[in-house]
Amino acid sequence: MEKKLKAHCVVSGIGRGRVMASAHPISFWGGVDPGTGRIIDPHHDLFGQSVSGKILAFPFGKGSSTGSLIMLELARINKAPAAIVNVRTEPILATGPIVSKHFYGKQIPIVTIDEASFDLMETGKLALVNATEGYIILED
Amino acid sequence: MHLTDGEKAILNGERGEAARLALSILVDLGELYGADTLLPVSQVHIDATLYMVDAGLEFAERMASLGAKTRVPTSLNPSAIDLIRWKELRVPPEELIKHQRLANAYLEMQATPTWTCAPYQQGIIPRFGEQIAWGESNAIAFANSVIGARTNRYADLMDICAAIIGKVPKFGLHLRHNRRARLLIELRGFTDSMLEDHALYPLLGYVVGETASDQIAAVLGIPPTVTFDDLKGFFAGAASSGAVALCHLVGVTPEAQDLDMCFQGVRPERTLEITPGMVARCEEALCSARGESVDWITVGCPHYSPAEFARLLGLLRGRKVHQSVAFWAFTSRTVYAWIKANGLLDLLTDAGISVFTDGCPLQYPCKSWNFSAVMTDSAKFANYCYSQTALPVAFGSLDECVESAVSGKIQRRKPPWKRN
Repeated sequence: MEKKLKAHCVVSGIGRGRVMASAHPISFWGGVDPGTGRIIDPHHDLFGQSVSGKILAFPFGKGSSTGSLIMLELARINKAPAAIVNVRTEPILATGPIVSKHFYGKQIPIVTIDEASFDLMETGKLALVNATEGYIILED
Repeated sequence: MHLTDGEKAILNGERGEAARLALSILVDLGELYGADTLLPVSQVHIDATLYMVDAGLEFAERMASLGAKTRVPTSLNPSAIDLIRWKELRVPPEELIKHQRLANAYLEMQATPTWTCAPYQQGIIPRFGEQIAWGESNAIAFANSVIGARTNRYADLMDICAAIIGKVPKFGLHLRHNRRARLLIELRGFTDSMLEDHALYPLLGYVVGETASDQIAAVLGIPPTVTFDDLKGFFAGAASSGAVALCHLVGVTPEAQDLDMCFQGVRPERTLEITPGMVARCEEALCSARGESVDWITVGCPHYSPAEFARLLGLLRGRKVHQSVAFWAFTSRTVYAWIKANGLLDLLTDAGISVFTDGCPLQYPCKSWNFSAVMTDSAKFANYCYSQTALPVAFGSLDECVESAVSGKIQRRKPPWKRN
């Protein structure tokens, strides 16, 4: 059954794809391969999976301030997530999508949602993230 | 955001396309975090100096070609490689060109070529309370927590924009009330001998980063005699395991001389403990090398200081690095010049240690070396090592690194936090 969740726009845009969710923070630098979008942090529960085209749900970012560069590169080679769903978005995570919008004209929408809604973001579900209008639709 | 007429003119392109692009990006960030205005910063440290992906090179070269210049004193993080001794580092000549192009883009923008991830140890150093915009996670945490300068965690690319404009959105850690600690972390069961052990601090920082995550913590129990270099290792660890931008070390952090200053009169939201057992478990987790074999030892993540080189030399006691082991130390050109001038460099080189400048050990040209296992005294390096280099890694104290280097086999002692 379709479910609509209220979301707060961090970076505008619309993305649709399969949810890939983790309860653990992600460091894009050192954590995600900029050539493939695969998670390469062996300590992470999503290790080995690709973020490309996914609705990537994780509570918040962590680690190196180079994370933004990895995100911009993923945008450059069209391997970025379709959208990002956080509980909190810190500036380092937001920077890649902001620069991508101005520099490449490519959108990586980000929204934040409350923790109860975050728990509904189950891996494998099909989701539409409309950051511009502030909602997520879980389609199945 | 409320922008001045001058800022509006920049957005209209009156100071050129580079400034328009840079300010548009800064304003987006400001809108996102509810900033009312822009705040002048006195200096910037640019993190996006390490060639890794073409997107970063395209951005820097575009800004440079548009004529962008840094508006405030701006220091630079390391290049990926040693820009001088790249041959000794076995950087393939065909890969050199992109590292040089990126370096040249920043020089064209008139940044200061410090090429170091420890910009707080020499160069353009901020003072207490100064509003700055720094990139590089370890340096950000250090500037806020040890110096008491004020910076948010500026990401790569945002740092370039801040340098071009000389301003950032006024939000987050630039404002005193946002610097209040939320968590209280108490060190429990740490003896004096543990607290005097240099190897404790990178590990303790790592555990604090995991515990605090992206929250501001106040840590009670760090002795005020802790060394500058120990704090460097602590915050490099903390900023790699968590999103730590500011962590008050009670009695060490200038604005956190007591708990009341840390919490600005408000009660801690949570109180947590860190024990020696947690540090021991952290050390285990940072060791993926299981056997005895080691053929690479690397130190200087973050870049080594003169005091650290002196300690390294002292621990060698005239012995040489085993012929089967490569021992590298990374530092800045400034520290390199100092240890060259006082003779330390010759002694280290004679002992079989290669000292590199400018670069980052995590970005070494791995195909040129085929190492099988690495040992390091850096929790940050140990944390990122496997994902960046696919090498098994062992964290060890500098003493253990030296003993392993001399014998050609991983030598472990039983650190005091494991003796119970």
